[in-house]
Amino acid sequence: MQDASIQTNRLTDLANPTRFISLADRLVPWLGALAAVLLAIGLYMSFSAPEDYQQGMTVQIMFIHVPFAWLSMMCYSVIAISALGTLVWRHPLADVSAKAAAPIGAVFTILALATGSLWGKPMWGTWWVWDARLTSVFVLLLMYLGLMALHRAMDDPSKGARAAAIVALVGFINIPIIKFSVDWWNTLHQPASVFRVDGPTIHPTLLWPLMVMAIGFTVLFFFFHLMAMRTEIWRRRVGAMRRIAARRADA
Amino acid sequence: MWALYRRELSNSHRTGGGALIGVLFFLAVVAVVPFGVGPDLNLLARIGPAILWIGALLASLLSLDRLFQADREDGSLDLLVLEQEQHWLAFTVFIKIVAHWTSHALPLVIAAPLLGVLLNMEPIGIAAVTATLLAGTPAIAFIGAVGAAVTTVLPRGGLLVSVLILPLVIPVLIFGVSAAYGAVQDPDPFLPPFLILLAITLFFAVIGPLAAAAALRQIGD
Repeated sequence: MQDASIQTNRLTDLANPTRFISLADRLVPWLGALAAVLLAIGLYMSFSAPEDYQQGMTVQIMFIHVPFAWLSMMCYSVIAISALGTLVWRHPLADVSAKAAAPIGAVFTILALATGSLWGKPMWGTWWVWDARLTSVFVLLLMYLGLMALHRAMDDPSKGARAAAIVALVGFINIPIIKFSVDWWNTLHQPASVFRVDGPTIHPTLLWPLMVMAIGFTVLFFFFHLMAMRTEIWRRRVGAMRRIAARRADA
Repeated sequence: MWALYRRELSNSHRTGGGALIGVLFFLAVVAVVPFGVGPDLNLLARIGPAILWIGALLASLLSLDRLFQADREDGSLDLLVLEQEQHWLAFTVFIKIVAHWTSHALPLVIAAPLLGVLLNMEPIGIAAVTATLLAGTPAIAFIGAVGAAVTTVLPRGGLLVSVLILPLVIPVLIFGVSAAYGAVQDPDPFLPPFLILLAITLFFAVIGPLAAAAALRQIGD
């Protein structure tokens, strides 16, 4: 009970944009450095990882493809949680968070699709198949782009945020579909091999670099996300100041 | 509620025959396809279900942006939102969507068999496409209502509705077309995809009106 109230207090404290920006200012360099270190270690481990007996060198695509795919889903989850924050708690920074996360998520989704098709060409013999996993991730990309379009279409940012929040929550149906598409349908894409009930089926020599890369890219996402949120807050402030200046000039 | 349903029907009937334009658009899309792929009757018969489904999907997307816009322009939408103390807003929205479906999508379903004949489809295939359209077009209307509600305040939201809604209606299209093909081609089953299509429609019949009502409340002026 006590903990919960403290936690909500912290969240409401962050509703003050100035306080949030000072926190972001302190966190951003650390996050950036941490992401750089983790990704450097991860890249070194990936290149020194043994080759797969069947896939040869192309297995190294996995070390970036899988983190990109995970992040494309995690980023949508961040948007959905922010959407709840906008609609339920009316947290003033929730819509900033949702708006800042959408382009980052779209880029991660594009990267996941691109690296996947680069991997698919030598392994499956084709750049693209319309199977359940690929189609559902493509739908995810379309939803990111739709959300970005909706944010831009509304002239009033708070109204656009609420509209985008409702669409984002409805679109969240897609995330479990992506996750379980490989189990529900008979697809060319392989089923999950890391997060399984009976433990990962990847050999540890390949699993460790993958994990380091995944954590590194996750930190990188939060680095980008905080920077984008900070920029968005500054952009809104500049807009508000311009309006005030224009009103004074009129008077 | 019955009064609201009748009001919606008569409104859509009076304002410039929106339903007829939808059917004409459907006819035009289907008539354009033979020019695009060539007048090979066997090929047309094979891709017929897909053409009919895509045509119906596009025609129902086109009419969606008018779902709440007309009511917003004459102010009755504000009244409907304000009356939510007496009538549950989601249920009002549900009635509006059902009325919209009856006036705009049902004519498409009725026109589908005739267009199926033009595409040289077999009778069983035509029956299957009509049945899947009857089961699937409500789902398009229910999801579309979310997009329509979200973009009501925009002066020209039609294109944005389609962009927002198309990713979500892809499952409807997939299972509708696969059920229609299942009836014609032998090894593929008809019933499982058809039942999934019905399940999608029922699912969105709950989600769609709830989300659309929330959107109308949140972004009303």
